[in-house]
Amino acid sequence: MKTERQRTTIIAAVCFAVSMAACVLLLRKIDQIRPQATLEDALYINSPKMIKRASLGFDGLMACIYWTRTVQYFGHRHFDSAHTYNELAPLLEITTALDPHLLPAYQFGASFLAPKPPGGAGQPERAIHLMEYGIQHNPDNWRLYYDLGFVYYTELKDYKNAAQVFEKGSNVPNSHPYMKIMAAQMAAHAGDLATARMLWTATYETSYETNIRLNAIEHLRSIKVDEDVTNLESAVSQFREHTGRFPSSMSELAVAEHSRGIPVDPDGNPYIMTPDGQVLVQNPDNFSFITKGVPPGYKAPPPKFHTQG
Amino acid sequence: MSSRIVHIARNTFREAVRDRVLYNLIAFALLLSGAAILVGQISIDIERLVVINLGLTAVSLFGVVIAIFIGIGLVSKEIEKRTLYTVLSRPVRRWEFIVGKFFGLAGTLVVNTVFMAIGVFGALLYVAHKFTKPDGLILVALYFIILEFLIICSLALLFSSFSSPLLSAVFAFSLFVIGSFSDDLRGFAAMAHGMTRWVATGAAYLVPNFSALNVISAVAHQQPMGSQLILQNTLYALFYTAMALSGAVLIFERRNLK
Repeated sequence: MKTERQRTTIIAAVCFAVSMAACVLLLRKIDQIRPQATLEDALYINSPKMIKRASLGFDGLMACIYWTRTVQYFGHRHFDSAHTYNELAPLLEITTALDPHLLPAYQFGASFLAPKPPGGAGQPERAIHLMEYGIQHNPDNWRLYYDLGFVYYTELKDYKNAAQVFEKGSNVPNSHPYMKIMAAQMAAHAGDLATARMLWTATYETSYETNIRLNAIEHLRSIKVDEDVTNLESAVSQFREHTGRFPSSMSELAVAEHSRGIPVDPDGNPYIMTPDGQVLVQNPDNFSFITKGVPPGYKAPPPKFHTQG
Repeated sequence: MSSRIVHIARNTFREAVRDRVLYNLIAFALLLSGAAILVGQISIDIERLVVINLGLTAVSLFGVVIAIFIGIGLVSKEIEKRTLYTVLSRPVRRWEFIVGKFFGLAGTLVVNTVFMAIGVFGALLYVAHKFTKPDGLILVALYFIILEFLIICSLALLFSSFSSPLLSAVFAFSLFVIGSFSDDLRGFAAMAHGMTRWVATGAAYLVPNFSALNVISAVAHQQPMGSQLILQNTLYALFYTAMALSGAVLIFERRNLK
């Protein structure tokens, strides 16, 4: 009798395990057949108000769920180098309507929305709208002014509005001293690389979030390359003016400039000199945001991770 | 408190524990530890918020489900099993039976909430590595959740005193949903005119106001809770509970148990 019971238990356990494995395998197969049916591409309820009501007062948790969904949506689209992010703005609007104090949704959301594809959704106006909504509900948070000013500066090159926003943010109690400096810098030297370096340094120093800091480092590295290449190309021009020819190598230029060694990029790789006097970086793929030092026709891969501009 | 009420309350608590009600703590622990570990990998910068929001929401919802599904059977089960007659044949008054049952169920929920609160704080320590002063606000949210349970327990008992378990569950759950919308109901009443306005206003004040007791989101963002809110919510919950329990006693006193 006992043996029979044991046998039944074993058979039932095996059946259970086999059925469960079969279900998982089948579901994976079905997902492969209909990949377009995944949830991230569908937004069944578009109304933030309706979702807020349906959450029965647990809107904080719903906001966290929607924010996670937003991150997942952006991550998948970004990974696929997509050029459309149709659901991104509605997802962010729902998230912030559910919880207007969810600061990461504004901070990261704007940097998801503002940059041009494939780095972002290419919707700086929606990003500005999102940040303004955030400031309206969190007027004492200077960081939101900072991020809004950043969108104006990096994506729209609207230095006047950027300066105004930094100025407003600098008047918020306990705002970072950088805000005043940036307002002034923006008004006077908005397009300079030095201004960009200052902004990203401020981002690095005022943020505690690892991804934002890593991204700031990535931008600062690219700015360093842009500055180096600008300086080296200027040196090449001077060399040509004096000798009537381009330097044959980077070593010759270094000797002429009385430099201690061959100039290197932030990764420690020497810059390359082309026969026509162009200065290039060895591995442009390592610098996601460089605008100089790339060979003609170079197509940059999408940034590895992009949070601000 | 009468010793008879204490006995009934203690037995109700024991019965709930025997019914393996506290097993929900295992599901809660799994949910919270899973979320604490997973959310850092699939989302950005909301680990602490998720632990607080998910933890307190789960405490609230688990408790509401327990309150409704145990509360609705407290009277009807005793009648069905005929144990009620044994109890009432002793020198126990009907109102003592109802009040004892209420305290037994409320006690079960308080114990359950205390264990869950330990889980919430444990998960918070795991993601934040330390406690800060504003984390103490979580205790206020937990206190409000317990007040919410008192109201739901009393409502479940009220319905259980005259209705079948299924209908009681439907009524109690409906009131929980409507109570969560009570602010909207009041807004609707303010917009209405004439008779509709009176009816809607009456209904808005009659249903329990659970939205005032839900401060989870505010606590997650470390927004301070005024002592007046704590005091008035406490009084509101106690009066509402007393009202529903009085209703249950009134009905049960007149109920023909033959």
